[in-house]
Amino acid sequence: MAVLKAGTRLKSVVCKTEVMVVAAPKEDVELTCGGASLVDIGADAAAGATISDDAKEGTQIGKRYINEAGDLEVLCTKPGEGSLGAAGTLLTIKGAKPLPSSD
Amino acid sequence: MNLMMLLEMASDAMGDRVAFQNGDDSLTFRELYRAAGVAAVQARASAAKHLAMLDVTSLALPVGVFAAAWSGLPFVPLSYRLTREELDSLLGQIAPSRLITDAERAESLSGLADTEVVTRDDFLKAASHPSAEVSTEPWSMDPDEIAVLLFTSGTTGPPKAAVIRHKHLVSYILGAVEFMSAEEDDAALVCVPPYHIAAMANIASSVYAGRRIVQMPNFTAEGWIELARAERITNAFVVPTMLARIVDVLEGESSAGLPDLRAISYGGGKMPQSVIERAMKLFPETNFANAYGLTETSSTIAILGPEDHRAAMATDDPVVRRRIVSVGQPLPAVEVEIRDEGGRVLGENERGEIYVRGEQVSGEYLGQGSQLVGDGWFPTRDGGSMDADGYLFLEGRIDDIIVRGGENISPGEIEDVLLEHTAVADAAVVGLPDEQWGEKIVGVVACRPGQSVRVAELQQWVKDRLRSSRTPESLEFWGELPYSETGKLLRRKVRAQLMNG
Repeated sequence: MAVLKAGTRLKSVVCKTEVMVVAAPKEDVELTCGGASLVDIGADAAAGATISDDAKEGTQIGKRYINEAGDLEVLCTKPGEGSLGAAGTLLTIKGAKPLPSSD
Repeated sequence: MNLMMLLEMASDAMGDRVAFQNGDDSLTFRELYRAAGVAAVQARASAAKHLAMLDVTSLALPVGVFAAAWSGLPFVPLSYRLTREELDSLLGQIAPSRLITDAERAESLSGLADTEVVTRDDFLKAASHPSAEVSTEPWSMDPDEIAVLLFTSGTTGPPKAAVIRHKHLVSYILGAVEFMSAEEDDAALVCVPPYHIAAMANIASSVYAGRRIVQMPNFTAEGWIELARAERITNAFVVPTMLARIVDVLEGESSAGLPDLRAISYGGGKMPQSVIERAMKLFPETNFANAYGLTETSSTIAILGPEDHRAAMATDDPVVRRRIVSVGQPLPAVEVEIRDEGGRVLGENERGEIYVRGEQVSGEYLGQGSQLVGDGWFPTRDGGSMDADGYLFLEGRIDDIIVRGGENISPGEIEDVLLEHTAVADAAVVGLPDEQWGEKIVGVVACRPGQSVRVAELQQWVKDRLRSSRTPESLEFWGELPYSETGKLLRRKVRAQLMNG
């Protein structure tokens, strides 16, 4: 558990998923992938952890994932087999209204 | 947050797509990623604190932008229209730097202390050398690191550097662009100079969308049309002056003949209504978008989209019709307010100054700190108003900056040069509306008693000392210039008198 900061990069210990925190609540929050806590991008991956059955939908590169309250948002920068979660519930893909290309 | 993260994602997910193309040369996303990693090693090995570029658009531009991001140096694109004196002053501000430039300039700049000059060709050759070392150091994820320094003409004359941090550009991209949203055969034709914020935003957004960029170093309407046809261009960004010339040329042809062109976005200055209406008739299937933004806001903050364009053209409702000259509505991640001189928020259709707030808003100048007021609001110094549905209308600069062909020109700079002439006692320079350039530069001069000078001589005098775009198109001689009680030159009175003939 830690207070997350926008810009922080984290990785899954059960699959290849990597994320960057876009927005985070002020309180401590535990981000998970495949049911296991995400770790700092530079950390050594702990061996042996496996994807939990209720969190194996996978992640998609470039998608943004949010919690129900809408105060937690992460960007998937590398895809994997696990599903992202926080505080015991899975995050969902944030729908984006497409904007016309302006540049 | 770091721009390199965007390129890493593009390289991972669509590495074989062509990212940038210039003539016969190109870089895929994977090649660009590697070249940035190689150039980052070389940048770190030097004593440079900035990676600068003084050049037309080339493949070295994206390599330089991302190499700077990877190595933790601010990228500083400099205008190739600067005079030598102006250039020396800016290089002094960013020393020690590594400067990428063309072979001719490299020679004339080679003697500068604290500026390590590399030619564009050498830079690109070294970055794409197959056995070169690629950086194994990760880039910084500190969102507050500086991504780009852009020198802009300030209201008070000498250029100041707008500070754009990684968090500003990355926030803009995440808020405005969907990852990998471009089709594989999409291609965008880009001819904004590297030292314009639109060029920086364009690089970041194209990389994130996965869209191939076809670079055009020097714009001509004929060349643009030829390239658009040859490369089956689907998207283009132009400034109003360019669109006017393209329309002029194509109207003379029997068929417009750009069937692949799906979207044209424009910005950087006021678009004459006649030009956009002619362009929409010429390209009825093409989606037009007008983008409004500032250097200090990391490019676009409001867009008039294709549906707005079509709705305005198809209606007799004067409210909707008028929106063709608006800059559309603010981006979802951006807040806009119109305030009066006392800072009070104004209501719909009331004219005031445009204030903007959002993650992409920098509002900071090097050595001057943040210009944000209150809770993160940036006073743009642009005048404007908003209608009942939040469409934003620009009402010209609050200050007297002249915007000619998308370039901001400070009248004080030109006045100062005029005043150096021995026959000149006083001088005022203003911008007057101009169909082709948005604004044209007009000067008024009061001569010293008993002295006189010819218009052509004064124009040459300015041309010899400033960039050619600063030369007044016309000059008038007045007995004296209007001043306020506090001794401030009243440019608006000068302008009014010139416009009334």
